[in-house]
Amino acid sequence: MNALTKTTLLPWAPENTGDAPAAAATPPPSPGPLATFLLPARLAWRQLRAERARLFSAMAGVMFAAVLVFMQLGFRSALFDSATALLTNMRAELFLMNPLTTASFRPEPLPRVRAHQALALPEVAQAVPVYLAQSTWRNPEDGSRRAIQMIGFDTEAGAMEFEGLDAISPALRRVDAVGFDDRSRPEFGAVARIFAERGPFEVQVGNRMVQVAGLVSIGPSFGADGNLVMSEVNFRRMVRERQASNTDLVAIRLQPGADVVATQQRLRGILPPDVVVLTHAQLVAHERNYWETATPIGFIFAFGSVMGLIVGMVIVYQILFSDIANHLREYATLKAIGYSNFYLARVVMAAALILAVIGFIPGAALCIWLYDVVAGATFLPLAMTAERATLVFALIFAMCAAAGLLAMRKLRDASPADMF
Amino acid sequence: MTDPIGISRLTFAYGEGELRRPVLRDIDLTVHAGEVVLLTGPSGSGKTTLLTLIGALRAMQEGSCRVLGRELMGASERDRVRLRRSIGFIFQNHNLLGFLTARQNVAMALEIDAALPERVRLERAGEMLRAVGLAGHEDKPPGKLSGGQRQRVAIARALVAGPGLVLADEPTAALDKVSGGEVAHLLRDMAKSRGTPILLVTHDPRILDIADRVVAMEDGRIVEAQAA
Repeated sequence: MNALTKTTLLPWAPENTGDAPAAAATPPPSPGPLATFLLPARLAWRQLRAERARLFSAMAGVMFAAVLVFMQLGFRSALFDSATALLTNMRAELFLMNPLTTASFRPEPLPRVRAHQALALPEVAQAVPVYLAQSTWRNPEDGSRRAIQMIGFDTEAGAMEFEGLDAISPALRRVDAVGFDDRSRPEFGAVARIFAERGPFEVQVGNRMVQVAGLVSIGPSFGADGNLVMSEVNFRRMVRERQASNTDLVAIRLQPGADVVATQQRLRGILPPDVVVLTHAQLVAHERNYWETATPIGFIFAFGSVMGLIVGMVIVYQILFSDIANHLREYATLKAIGYSNFYLARVVMAAALILAVIGFIPGAALCIWLYDVVAGATFLPLAMTAERATLVFALIFAMCAAAGLLAMRKLRDASPADMF
Repeated sequence: MTDPIGISRLTFAYGEGELRRPVLRDIDLTVHAGEVVLLTGPSGSGKTTLLTLIGALRAMQEGSCRVLGRELMGASERDRVRLRRSIGFIFQNHNLLGFLTARQNVAMALEIDAALPERVRLERAGEMLRAVGLAGHEDKPPGKLSGGQRQRVAIARALVAGPGLVLADEPTAALDKVSGGEVAHLLRDMAKSRGTPILLVTHDPRILDIADRVVAMEDGRIVEAQAA
């Protein structure tokens, strides 16, 4: 075994290891990229570890940046998710919408007859008109009024996926019966509790007394702090000024196995240009796009994230820079004994990336907890996703790498000629 | 066999134009294999500059300087970095990395060669530390060693990779008489036993006895070369 190892070593061992006898006992690992990066990384880690206080402040800096970016991106996506919650919870494959509609809380009407026209295609199983309007809700506890989103549709058609809808849809058939979204903000009153105690009870919506016949679960959005669902007929009773020939959205359910995109094309062919035909994903994207581009919300959170990254970068840069500045003699010594600039650059880079990892992990852990706390306080759907964790890690990694690249310039000051 | 150091007509100046200040003029110097040469002279005589040129730490300007068979005149940064790996450096201050133990510091001189297994690096570093009389101190950081002990670690670091030449600048300046003498003799003995030539800059008269030859410099010229 030993003899075998020696023979395989011979062609290259003498020039690479200097004296072979010691090396021959174990097969030396090839000086692959692993060693090329691990050795500088180990040196970087030993240097970082030597000064605990500095290491912790660097870690805290990275952690701070990670938390900031996590929260900003979390809020951003939570707000967009909640803004589109209503549309996301619709079950239909295709939708008809007025091309001028910018957002669901402010719909432009389209002729209701388009729903019937859509039924001409054999692939279309159902075409359900959906009515959207905002009205005011009087808090049953203290009488204050607040804007609420009303959604009227054929509650038995199965075009909506709202949690709890199926159970209360028979009750919604009654005159002036509404289903209240129990995830609406608490300012609407403790409706769920009152309902549990008293069963169906009367509330004022707009100028009309209606009956809360049950609870559904949708969630508030930017456009509306709360939601009410009701049948088409009840919607007409409550919103008198609307023409019966108009609707706001048509949800189209297809026959099982029908090709969504092909049907979309065919619908476009038979319908006049006063409606657009969107898939479910396109409808949600359209709504999301409105909030992203037509409001400062998208920008605000992107800006917040960038600020967090810049602050984090400055902190990491400061730490790395002063590490190099304080160890200029050591770095110059390493250069004098034959370490290249590139090797030392790898040490600085490794230090930056180590900081990225050890700052990110506690930052992510803290955010999982913070998401929970904030979600409880704001009713926004905040949760850690693998996708966002990956994105934030990539950003933090890039941030530390940028700081490392900046700090590296200081290495030039480590001049081995000044060592003597 | 070529001499480890062969210098002819080396001239070097700092500054440009009006401010040009020559520090080395027409230096001719040869160090033979296995020889211990001391370079002495008042401060400002240019001996340290000469050492940095021989050590490939500074780019040459004029003349010729062959070190370990390589011409340094016109050598690229890359070539110079490579040459430095076959030279053992000992500085006035030990310049050890404070966050590493003595053994790890010595092993740093071997870490340039990534092909060498870690175990071998540490073993050779340990052997070298025992050879300089630091058995039992291998795992202490430099901060817990005395000045003389630190300079011994520096000697171990300079010699562990089996250099073809050792360059030392005032290695005893920061030490008291006893430990300075010990360090100088240790350096001489270690180098002699390995046949490694040494060029040592000093104006410490106490250690002249280790030299095979003393070269004196003044105002950028070699004024006198004498056998010790």
